[in-house]
Amino acid sequence: MKPYSAWNVFRNGLSRQKGWERAWRDPEPKTEYDVVIVGAGLHGLASAYYLAKNHGITNVAVLDKGWLGSGNAGRNTTIVRSNYMMPGNREFYEHSLKLWENLSHELNYNVMFSQRAHVSLLHSPAARDGAARRYNTMRLTGADGELWDLPTLKRKIPHLNYSADSRFPIIGATVQPRAGTARHDAVAWGYARGADQRGVDIIQNCEVTGVERTANQVTGLKTSRGIIRGKKVGFAVAGNTSRLWRMAELGKLPIESHKLQAFVSEPLKPLLDQVVVFGVGGAHFYISQSDKGGMVFGGDLDWYKSYAQRGNLPIVQDVAECATSILPCLGRVRLLRHWSGVMDMSMDGSAFLCKTPLSNLYLNAGWNYGGFKASPASGWYFADLIANDRPDPVILNHTLSRFERGINIDERGAGPDPKLHG
Amino acid sequence: MLRIPCPFCGTRDHSEFSYGGDASVEYPALEAPAEAWLEAVFQRDNIDGVQLETWQHLHGCRMWIVVERDTRSHEIHSVRPAHEGLASALAQSADPVNES
Repeated sequence: MKPYSAWNVFRNGLSRQKGWERAWRDPEPKTEYDVVIVGAGLHGLASAYYLAKNHGITNVAVLDKGWLGSGNAGRNTTIVRSNYMMPGNREFYEHSLKLWENLSHELNYNVMFSQRAHVSLLHSPAARDGAARRYNTMRLTGADGELWDLPTLKRKIPHLNYSADSRFPIIGATVQPRAGTARHDAVAWGYARGADQRGVDIIQNCEVTGVERTANQVTGLKTSRGIIRGKKVGFAVAGNTSRLWRMAELGKLPIESHKLQAFVSEPLKPLLDQVVVFGVGGAHFYISQSDKGGMVFGGDLDWYKSYAQRGNLPIVQDVAECATSILPCLGRVRLLRHWSGVMDMSMDGSAFLCKTPLSNLYLNAGWNYGGFKASPASGWYFADLIANDRPDPVILNHTLSRFERGINIDERGAGPDPKLHG
Repeated sequence: MLRIPCPFCGTRDHSEFSYGGDASVEYPALEAPAEAWLEAVFQRDNIDGVQLETWQHLHGCRMWIVVERDTRSHEIHSVRPAHEGLASALAQSADPVNES
């Protein structure tokens, strides 16, 4: 595989673009692999990539019922940040952010990671105190965080609604300057290409329809393209984890599937340089501007459990109200696209990267709102877990058994109700 | 937009309602062992298909109801009051809302 480079772009420009190869193969599935990962989304592909890169395990298949990256990889608002406070989470997401910082070089694929700063607006002294505590805790782990007072914020983002008459007047912001956005498709394609180059088989249009098992092992996966066996098997199918779990007859999970919507406006001239978050009272809203100029934004879950990849209208209205309340200049901007993804919402808002009741089955699930930013570290630690059959200390508590041990990782302190962990 | 036929008020938009959760969960007695509470509080079937769930008609009659809904198509198959006494009372009386 030829690397992508400025020279290759130039050379192909002279030869009518005939010199490009396909970015990954389309192999027939073998009947047996060392590791089979179900789900060719960002987490599954990243796991396969790091299995090959970090652990030298290349006899790996990644299965997907559709095409790679056809699920939540393309159904997010592409925000990358590490402003988490709970032990375990903060080390995990900071490691992820560090991987993001080098990802384009690592993959030889431009994921367009733009560290444009993540600005969370503050509306009360109590919120500022809470945020200061959170960001100071982050700084102790090596992440970056700043508090902006109102004059600084007004200088950086002059066109927010600073009216003293607004329902929630803005008094400042907490900021993570190294946070930003990336191009979600490119991340999937980059990991796929990198994994494929190292020998990983990416099997698309291969739906898992059943799980064959003994009392304590997975012996094979029934798929639409025949039975595929793996010495070790990993599930990375957030949104549909419970379905696969039932196929393996493993019972219940501390997960519910909920829908999260996202929106893109028509393209505008450069308007917003940062990711801006507005969250107070009943409002929950985040917005950034893509490189094509579209305003990319989202808000709350749809508030009831669903496997349908389509959103409801009250949330469209709610998000539009939030948008115009902090950026009134968007009032006449038209919506271009709108989509909805099915999230694994867990009982404490944190993920699962763990071993399971079956000795050769590993689980990567429960990403809630945080799946996109987590994908590099998720792949990194999941590959490590599969290769070495033991969790890294960072993910020691990201287990299914944490609830019975009373060590919930609840960033929001919202309690055991999945829909509240937005 | 879901349209939920409230047994007390008639069919209303779901934005009048607040979602409770899985109605198949049976909460154990207060003195039950921790394992039983773990199961009730944290573990879910997370069904892709028809499931029972609780809703409260928060901006209407404020009653809790049990809705049988398909989580893939959002089709609502049945609705009944969550309180069993009310459910049986409603079933016995001629109910203009449900018959209309």
